[in-house]
Amino acid sequence: MSRRHQNFRNYRQEQRLTQQRVFAAAIFVLLMAIVLMARLFYLQVVEHELYQTKANDNRVMLVTEPPPRGLIYDRNGLVLADNRPIHSLTVIPERVGSFPKLKKMLSSIIDISDSEWEDFDERRKEYRRPYQSLTLKSQLTDEEWAKVSVDLYKLDGVQVEAQLTRYYPYGEAFAHAIGYVGRITSKDLKRVDKLAYQGALFIGKTGVEGYYEKTLFGEAGLSKVEVNARGRIMSELERQNPTPGKDLHLYLDARLQQYAYDLLGDYTGSVVAIDPTTGGILALVSKPGYDPNLFVRGISVDDYATLRQSKKLPLFNRALRGGYPPASTIKPFMGLAGLEYGFSSWTERYFAKGYYQINPDGRRYRDWKRTGHGWIDLERSIIESVDTYYYQLANKMGITPIHNFLTRFGFGQTNLLDLNGESHGLLPSNEWKKAKYKEPWYPGDSVNVGIGQGFMVATPVQIASATSALASKGHFFYPRMTKLVGDQPAEFEGGLGDEHDIVLKDQRNWDRMIDAMRKVVTDSHGTARRLRGTDYDIAGKTGTGQVFSLQEDEEYDSDKLEKRLHDHALFIGFAPAKNPKISVFAIFENGGSSSKPADLTRALFDAYLHDDYPARYDYLKGNKDD
Amino acid sequence: MTDSFYRRALSFTNARLWKLVHVDVLLMGALLLLICGGLFVLYSASGQNVAMVERQIFRLIIGLLICVALAQLPPKYMRRASPMLFIFIAVLLVGVLLFGVGAKGAQRWLALPGGLRFQPSEIMKIVMPMMIAWYFSDRQLPPSFKQILVVLGLIALPVLMIAKQPDLGTSLLVAVSGVFVLFLAGLGWRYILGAAALAPIAGYTLWQFMHDYQRQRVLTFLNPESDPLGSGWNIIQSKTAIGSGGIYGKGFLEGTQAQLDFLPESHTDFIIAVLAEEFGMLGCGVLILAYLLVIARGLYIAANAEDNYARLLAGSLTLTFFVYMFVNIGMVSGILPVVGVPLPLVSYGGTSIITIMATFGILMSIQTHKRAR
Repeated sequence: MSRRHQNFRNYRQEQRLTQQRVFAAAIFVLLMAIVLMARLFYLQVVEHELYQTKANDNRVMLVTEPPPRGLIYDRNGLVLADNRPIHSLTVIPERVGSFPKLKKMLSSIIDISDSEWEDFDERRKEYRRPYQSLTLKSQLTDEEWAKVSVDLYKLDGVQVEAQLTRYYPYGEAFAHAIGYVGRITSKDLKRVDKLAYQGALFIGKTGVEGYYEKTLFGEAGLSKVEVNARGRIMSELERQNPTPGKDLHLYLDARLQQYAYDLLGDYTGSVVAIDPTTGGILALVSKPGYDPNLFVRGISVDDYATLRQSKKLPLFNRALRGGYPPASTIKPFMGLAGLEYGFSSWTERYFAKGYYQINPDGRRYRDWKRTGHGWIDLERSIIESVDTYYYQLANKMGITPIHNFLTRFGFGQTNLLDLNGESHGLLPSNEWKKAKYKEPWYPGDSVNVGIGQGFMVATPVQIASATSALASKGHFFYPRMTKLVGDQPAEFEGGLGDEHDIVLKDQRNWDRMIDAMRKVVTDSHGTARRLRGTDYDIAGKTGTGQVFSLQEDEEYDSDKLEKRLHDHALFIGFAPAKNPKISVFAIFENGGSSSKPADLTRALFDAYLHDDYPARYDYLKGNKDD
Repeated sequence: MTDSFYRRALSFTNARLWKLVHVDVLLMGALLLLICGGLFVLYSASGQNVAMVERQIFRLIIGLLICVALAQLPPKYMRRASPMLFIFIAVLLVGVLLFGVGAKGAQRWLALPGGLRFQPSEIMKIVMPMMIAWYFSDRQLPPSFKQILVVLGLIALPVLMIAKQPDLGTSLLVAVSGVFVLFLAGLGWRYILGAAALAPIAGYTLWQFMHDYQRQRVLTFLNPESDPLGSGWNIIQSKTAIGSGGIYGKGFLEGTQAQLDFLPESHTDFIIAVLAEEFGMLGCGVLILAYLLVIARGLYIAANAEDNYARLLAGSLTLTFFVYMFVNIGMVSGILPVVGVPLPLVSYGGTSIITIMATFGILMSIQTHKRAR
């Protein structure tokens, strides 16, 4: 058989050799089989729990269902913040064959901006669960929706999803009061439950929307579903329905709000109206406003730049954060302070020259009336707004009693119960000046504060709260936006408490001061005598706040000054004087004369007290059903 | 021990009749056990696709027919045909490189008239050990250094051609089937240890020859988490399926990884993960045991074969079968890189079933054509 070595071959030995090798191989096979079993043991016994969790994470998905957001109503049942269905174009990236192709096809159907694509591409690259849809373009117009729907069958992975979005029907006049919702940022997610907001489109940012975010949001529905690898839901394992957000019923009167906004005309400024019997805010106006709908699904860079760069600062909430000298509107409070601490009385008379001097040779603090007012008393000092009276009163009192007394009216502190972002203003004190300027408090500093100027700064909300407290004779309500949450009276957090009483040593002083303020309107020398002729009593006080400091002997001449340096025009008032239902603070920035805010206030009183608004506001009437 | 076990088992069967039709009962029994279990798993892995199971049964029947047919052919004819077959298939491999068709950047098939396709590299898995065994059949064992070099050359030629298609998995298996012959022929232990020492260098050289997608597979194997949604997905999901199965499994058709499609290639390369998920470590143990029965019988046949050619061929074919199983389970369980090796006789798919059943036909022929002593 074999050709070579035939005689030398030992077949048996060769067979044994191969058999030995087969045996060695058998042992090798056995060892390797043990290796496999050991590996399976490791995965299936040692690491079993880890992989079981992984398998469950794969198959079980938590799907959150955003609850419908609570609506916001004004006092007459008018919807100020509504939910509207919108359609968004969403894409499941895993189902898309080729993105360049998709881009080309989609752009032939509807407009999708570069920034929308960029945004989408960015989110697509982030880690996320496979087969989850991503929004490419939100808020399709009806036309876009129709166009895309026709071609949807051609577009793999593209779908149109219906969602609820927020809508503010009445726009800019309400923006600073209601606020707005906007896209959820990573910063927002730090303060809320991430899971609950999964699938939510937006979160309350400012105003009532921001403050009541939790209440308005409700509770997200949660369902545990079993999905396959392509994200398809195979079965529902558990389900918890969403709890809709609670509706808010505000004190706000939409007609009053819009009317006040319109009455400001082309001026920038603010109006805050409060019901003195409840502390409820009837109007909270900061002009100019902006369209809050711009923010709902993310404002465009251009729109935002326009708002940011406008000299009129539309994004600035003047009502909450505007710092103004209260000017002569502080005088009724200053007068009460003098009475409280015994530095003035209703009977004591004072000769008012055209100026006041602390020392005979010192600086002359001028009265608005060059010729002076002659012999006057406290009441007349209110009626005619005599500056020199308050110069001397403040100088006599010094800053500490002023500080203590005005603190009781909410100056120098935040007062709003249910809006964020309010500023403290500035109610100066000895300590404050020492800390800030490392200088003692000078008598001249008090003199300026006496007429609500100098260091003193107050916000419209503060002055309005103080006015409301005066109107209700010392019943200080912290102002609030919301009357009802759902069908329950609103409850407020924080240590402030809802209200407190300012009790004067002589409570009769309230009536006397209110009467003096009534005479501001009725007296023939009253600074607001232009408001005479109402069938109800108005108590009020005018004010003009200096924007621009005049030199000692300089005359204020509005014609020579740029408009932005014109005095701010202020007015506080409430009506009916005896039993007030509404108190108002109004400021026209650089409005010059206080006639403008006085007229505005009267118009609001007329409308509110008689429920008689111009017909053009009928659309804001609501359907008062309670 | 195994020896006496088989002897005793054999005495219960009608040995003569089976010898007449050249079927080795024990090997056939072990194979059928494996095949039936495999079909059971395939039913679940395919998403209870009866049509798919039927197609698999059809292929298995063809495979069994080929097995029995080959068993009729005495080994001596095989031995004589070996060099010609080797040359013929090698020429076809050249043809594949020149005129081959295929998909995914690899050309592995030759198109035959009538729309049929033919994969010469698959046949090479059998022809390679035949060739090397033939080479040693009339030479004295153990092989000399010169003979070793010749054999390595014979192995390298087709292996490189297959690697060039490119089909790394098959080329490695073909190489292994040749090297096993060398080992069984008594390759000196010093060569074996030397080769083991040189393995890192060989690995580096291999890396240089690899295509990007092949390198990617290796990289993914080393760190599957690096690309959890891309190429690492398969291995992460298969490990999850196996691990979550635990000792007893989740129950037939209850595997969430497999039934909800998280497990990719669940009816082909990754089918063991379905078994592991639904029947746990116990199920896997039974399957591996079934494989070991087949392999034990194969090695028994090799050890007791009549001549060098038969011994070497039977041993190499059996060991290569084991390598299939080991590489597949190793890859699915994450101890080996993902190379496209199906689980023999269990994974869904045509070509490999035919070649493997042909392998067992050869083993049966070797066992049943022995002259009585």
